[in-house]
Formats: sequence, structure tokens, C-alpha cells
Amino acid sequence: MSDATRLLLENLNALAAGLFLLTAFGIVAMRQARACLHLFIAQSLLLAASAALLGMRFDSGHLYGVALVNLISKPIIVPWLLRKTSPAEIYTRREIDQALNIPTALLIALALAIGAYFLGIPLANAVGPEFRGPNVPIGIAGLLLGAFTLTVRREALSLLIGLLAMENGAFMAGISIARDLGMLVELAIATDGLIIVFIMGVLVRAVQKHVGTTAVGELASLREAAAKPAAEEVLL
Amino acid sequence: MAERILFNVLQVAVVMAFAPLAAGVLSRLKEMVQSKRGPSIFQPYRDLWKLFHKDEIVSEDSSWIFRFTPYIVFVTPIFVATLIPVLTSYPLFFAFMGDMLGGGFVLALGGFFATLAAVDTANPYGPIGASRTRMVGFLAEPVFMIVFFTVSFVAGSTIPYIVQQKWVTPLANFFEPSHVLLMLAFLMLILAEGGRIPVDNPTGHFELAMIDESKSLEYSGRGFALVKWGGQMKLFVLLCIFLNVLVAPWGLASGQTLGAVLVAIPLVLLKIFCFLLVLVFIESSLAKLRLFRIAEFLGAAFVTSVAAMITRVFSA
Repeated sequence: MSDATRLLLENLNALAAGLFLLTAFGIVAMRQARACLHLFIAQSLLLAASAALLGMRFDSGHLYGVALVNLISKPIIVPWLLRKTSPAEIYTRREIDQALNIPTALLIALALAIGAYFLGIPLANAVGPEFRGPNVPIGIAGLLLGAFTLTVRREALSLLIGLLAMENGAFMAGISIARDLGMLVELAIATDGLIIVFIMGVLVRAVQKHVGTTAVGELASLREAAAKPAAEEVLL
Repeated sequence: MAERILFNVLQVAVVMAFAPLAAGVLSRLKEMVQSKRGPSIFQPYRDLWKLFHKDEIVSEDSSWIFRFTPYIVFVTPIFVATLIPVLTSYPLFFAFMGDMLGGGFVLALGGFFATLAAVDTANPYGPIGASRTRMVGFLAEPVFMIVFFTVSFVAGSTIPYIVQQKWVTPLANFFEPSHVLLMLAFLMLILAEGGRIPVDNPTGHFELAMIDESKSLEYSGRGFALVKWGGQMKLFVLLCIFLNVLVAPWGLASGQTLGAVLVAIPLVLLKIFCFLLVLVFIESSLAKLRLFRIAEFLGAAFVTSVAAMITRVFSA
């Protein structure tokens, strides 16, 4: 492989990683559940692209396998499962229910991403010089941003997407550290993710059936005074 | 030496001559997307011609700022045009007089005086729009800063002539994440600074909803023509910075002869036309944001620019 191709592949991988980070920010900031889902799909595609590019760069068949698994499970099966299990209403409604307003959430997310650098660099240094690259710190940033999404969102579907984004972040870091993990592990993780989606989808449907809403943030308090009309049906 | 001066004059002439054309093409394309015929692409020239021959009315209660502002708004883009690569890929006479940051400040000076002039006449609509422009401006400013500093971080310089070489030598550098993210952030900035659709509706004539337009509300005749022409040139100059420095540093004249520079003119115009197509697509597919959502739009631009910086640090 010539130096020019190697540089090109490394830059393209870094580009995929950079856009991955951007989609992670987008998942924190988007207002609509549907837009969150689309961003998650884009993020998974970028993850697959990064895996494929790293596979090309290091000539590793295993990473192509990771890319393929990601390409099939996340952008195709996850949305399909969600559509099957969870109520269609949550895709249409505009979500305004957030613990923080969006500019504040974005600023905190930025701080988290910068913090991920200090977590990621020692880690990347510990595993060896050939692992230097944007994948580890950006993967950790994706993990943290997914966790942050979990804390600020109050809508079941976006919570689920936050969880899946965390998994994507872990994958992003993983593909550059462990290049030759068994294929079995990847498949197991991918299936795990799908089972999580399935269970959460069913749970969301159950919550919606009982409470009449999927805005789970409102279910945190038990006081009657604070209960919204939708929640009163539970009490009756 | 004489040639360099000639090229510089040519650069300024291109900006002055083709800025109204770009505006005309843009509005015509937009009308065509909306299944209308739209005015001729030369309409902005006719408008300017008409306005220059009309009487100018200046309020008795306005101060010197009001009379002075059209000239500043008109001159600042011309000044910036001497600093940036419009036609040539090698630095000209004034190129080292100011960098991209300096150019940004010079453009901001025009905006500053336009705001003052809008407040000056005490027309109720002027100050509303002026304060909104300031709101957009002060939210866009940090993004500008981060973009320029990331550019200088990556390319090792803020002089646009040096920066543009960096992205394409070797070609793989073009795909560097910081470069692509910077392009995204700068595109959002152009939309905000140029008063384009997700932020402001340039064709809207409803005073209460105006942001950018309200600044020229009180002008008439020659003053209005200068403000209008200046606004068109500002967009043109921003597009030149965006296209020639960040996106596509190809097609600029690298030879020192007059012929090479003349050949560069249609190529630059072609690039701008391609970008106008993208702009029309953006403007036709998005709705104007509510005023307080603009903070979120520019917040997204800020995050994008910081992400550019972060990935640069991460990849090193």
C-alpha cells in the first residue's frame, strides 16, 4: 500500500469519526424523535464506514465483518423492530420535553466531548502507537454523549436512542483497539443490541398503553398535584 | 509591479461587477424552483441604475452616521476583496495587509455602522431589525473566531493564500475531518450572515419579521443603491472566501499573465453558480426559523466548528 493511499484512508477514517461525533451532538440536540432516529442511522452507517476503512487500512477481514454486521443490524433491523413494537404516535409528535434547554445541553455536551479527550489519550497511548487515531477518543466522546442524552431526555424513544448511541461509541473505540476479536463476539453484541431494542420497544408500548404517553419524564413524580391529565388515568 | 496593481484592480472590478449578477441569478433560480418565471437575472443592475437616478431623502433629525453609512457599507467589501484570493492563487499587492480575521473584522465594521444607522432615524422598525441583527451577529461571532482559529491551527496561517494550498497538497488533506466540519460550520455562518433562509427571509417585506432588510428601510435613492450593492458584494466576498479558500481552491489563476487571470473569471463564476444551486436547494427546502430558534441554529454551527477543532486534536 502506497503512502498516499494510506494517508487517504486515514483521513477518510478520521472524517467518518468526525461526522460520527457530529451526529452524537445531533442526537443530544434534536427536537423530534424521528430526527433522532435518522441521526442514529447515519451514525451507525458512519461507524460501519469507519470499520470498513480501518479494515482496508490494516488489511483485516474481521473489521469488514464488523462493518457488515453494523450495516445490517443497526440501520435496517433496529428501525424495523422499533416500528413493529413501539406505537407509531411517538414518531410524529414533536418533543419539547427536555430537562435542559438545547443550547445549554449543547454546551455541556461540548464540555463532555473535550473531557473525552483526556480520557481517551492515555488509553490510546497505553495500547500502542499503531492505535493512534481519532477512533478511541471519539468513541469515548460518543459514549459520554449517549449517556448525557439518557440524562436529559424525557421521552422513551430518545432514551432508547441514547442507549444505542452509547453502544455505537463503545464500538467506535473498540474497532481500533481490538482489531481481531472473534467474529462470535461481534455477532453476540449485535444480537444483544437488537434484543435491547426489542425489549425497550415492547416496554414503551406497554407504558403508552397504560399511561397514554411515552413522555416518561413525567412519570417521575407521584404527587397528584403535579400529575398531568394523561397521568390521571393511571390513578383512576 | 504594474501588472500586480492591474490584477488587484481587476479583482475589485470582478467583485463590483458580478455581485449584482449573483444576486439576480439566485433570485431567478429560486423563482424557477417555485414554478414561477421570476425577474430577469439582470434585474439587480436595473434596480441599481434606477436608484442612482432617483432623489435621495434624508431625515432632518438624523446625524452624520446615517449619511456616512452607505459609503462604509459599500467600501468594506471592496476592501476585503483586496485581501482575499478572488482570481489569483498567489498573493497580490495587499494580501499581507490583513488576514482572514482582519477581513472578518472589516466586514463587521460595515455591519456595525448599518446597525447604528438603523437606530439613528428613530423609525420604530429599524431598531427592531438592528437589535435582531446584533443578536445574530453576536451569536455568529464566536463561530467565526473558532473557524478562523481552527483554520490557522490546521494550516499554520491565517493568510487565505497560504490556507488554500494546505487543503489540496496532497489531495488526501481535502478529506481531513477538520476541513469538512469547518466547511459545514462556515456554510451555516454564510446563511446567518447573508440573511438567508433558515435565519432570515431575504425576500420578505413584512417589517416586523425583518432582520437584515430592516437596516436599509430608511434609505432612498443613491444611499439605498449603495447599501444594496454593498450587501450584494458582501455576500459575493463571503462566497469567494468560502469557495476559493475552503471548499474548492481550484480554478484560480496561478500564472502571472493577464490571460491566465482573465481565464480565472469564468471559472470562479462557475464555482459561485454551483454554490448558488446548493443555496437555492437549502433555501427552498427549509422553513425560516423562529427568532429564538436562531440561537439553536448558530449553536449547532458553534458545535460543528468546535468539533472540527476537537477531531483535529484527537487525530494528532
